[in-house]
Amino acid sequence: MWRDLRLLAGDVGLVAAKDLRIEWRARTTLGQVLPFALLVLVLFGFALNANRPTLELATPGLLWMTVLFATVVAVQRSVAVESTDGAGRMLLLSGMAPAAAFAGKALAVAVQLLAVAAVLLPGVVLLYGAGIESLPLAVVASLAATAGLAAAGSLLGAVVAGVRAHQTVLPILLLPVVAPVLIAATRAFEDALGTAAVNGWSWVGLLAGFTVVNVALGAVAYGPLMEEA
Amino acid sequence: MSRAGTGDPKPLAGYLDGPARTGSRFTFWLGAATLAGFAGVAALGLLVVPADDVQGDAVRIIFVHVPSALGAYTAFGLTALGSVMWLWRRSEWWDITAHAGAEVAVLLCGLTLVTGMLWGRPTWGTYWEWGDVRLVTTLILFLVMVGYLSVRALGGPTGPVATRAAVVGLVGAVNIGIVNRSVNWWANRTLHQQSSLTEGKLEDMTLLTLVLAFVVAAMAIWWMVMHRFRIGWLERQLADRDIHQAVQARRAEAGR
Repeated sequence: MWRDLRLLAGDVGLVAAKDLRIEWRARTTLGQVLPFALLVLVLFGFALNANRPTLELATPGLLWMTVLFATVVAVQRSVAVESTDGAGRMLLLSGMAPAAAFAGKALAVAVQLLAVAAVLLPGVVLLYGAGIESLPLAVVASLAATAGLAAAGSLLGAVVAGVRAHQTVLPILLLPVVAPVLIAATRAFEDALGTAAVNGWSWVGLLAGFTVVNVALGAVAYGPLMEEA
Repeated sequence: MSRAGTGDPKPLAGYLDGPARTGSRFTFWLGAATLAGFAGVAALGLLVVPADDVQGDAVRIIFVHVPSALGAYTAFGLTALGSVMWLWRRSEWWDITAHAGAEVAVLLCGLTLVTGMLWGRPTWGTYWEWGDVRLVTTLILFLVMVGYLSVRALGGPTGPVATRAAVVGLVGAVNIGIVNRSVNWWANRTLHQQSSLTEGKLEDMTLLTLVLAFVVAAMAIWWMVMHRFRIGWLERQLADRDIHQAVQARRAEAGR
């Protein structure tokens, strides 16, 4: 049992490291997703008329909306890696459990989203004048939220993998499902940034629940999806 | 029913194994009874039921709103069940049922949202109320189901399409529960009136009309799902037959 789990964890690490290595060499996250996220942050500033009080109030929501957009881009990139040259099939032919392949891909997306959040947080401090009241809460909420987004995103990304119109379909599928993440992460950040009197930690629980459920769904569904699609 | 691009003017009868219709004697009478039921609900709801003391005439919208809301979630449940059964048993029957349920669910969700907003305007003074958990959840469900249908519409071989759609159905079914919880905690100020039915606040005539509306809605859903199922079934048969005939034609050409 422990040996199986160790093997599984090893495979997860392998796939995640592979995806991250590809990302590092192609510099997609660094060169495209991060600048895109910063751009969205700037545009929100224009959209809200650079009104300081409004921006400060809306900061947690705007930050997580931006991460949501970045999720769509990151997942599309993660799907494209497996769609080219039948790489996804080869991954399964290696004999690893589909659940491990799924978890590895989700982990790689989560790491990239975490990097995006790590850049956006100082971004809102500088651009929107936000203040950080509880850094531990912000970090833990970011970990839980990006994990949830990556799990749901990687699963639905696998649904549209290999489909011609996947770039337009993915947002329609993903964004309604991750509405709870937006709600919970925003509330948690309202506490962490001190913009509203809420108990942010209770929302982290919801984020964790969302992540567990969607990782479980992905572990079950990834195999049939990759074998058939 | 005609299929673009087949270029075959042959009538469907005799071309397929089963009857080339989506209706049967049963669905004819079911449809007729449903139409009569609609007329009955409209007559009772508009003419017989008295206006509400507080809500006035707006109360009459519940005869459409509540049955379509329950119907939408029932049809969505059918899609979720069909999705699980496809993933578990690879049963084509359940796959077509899931698709049929999804189309009916989108229709009824839309109807629920529109009637809810129309009722909200005179009663709450606003078309949309973010604090109302059920309305917000239903909107998310509507969007999830639209996504489900867009995956179906992508086309491709039957098996992979069914699996993709089934995963979307399953993901939607599980996550809509989380959506409901999160919206509930987020809003924690629900405006939606508590169920008048279970609290026994309804007058006799209103209650009777509402029960009739439930029965009629159930019949309408049944009718729609049956027809939509048969369309799906015929489409599959037609696609199989097309391939079979094409193979036969090629073999004949090759003289084998």
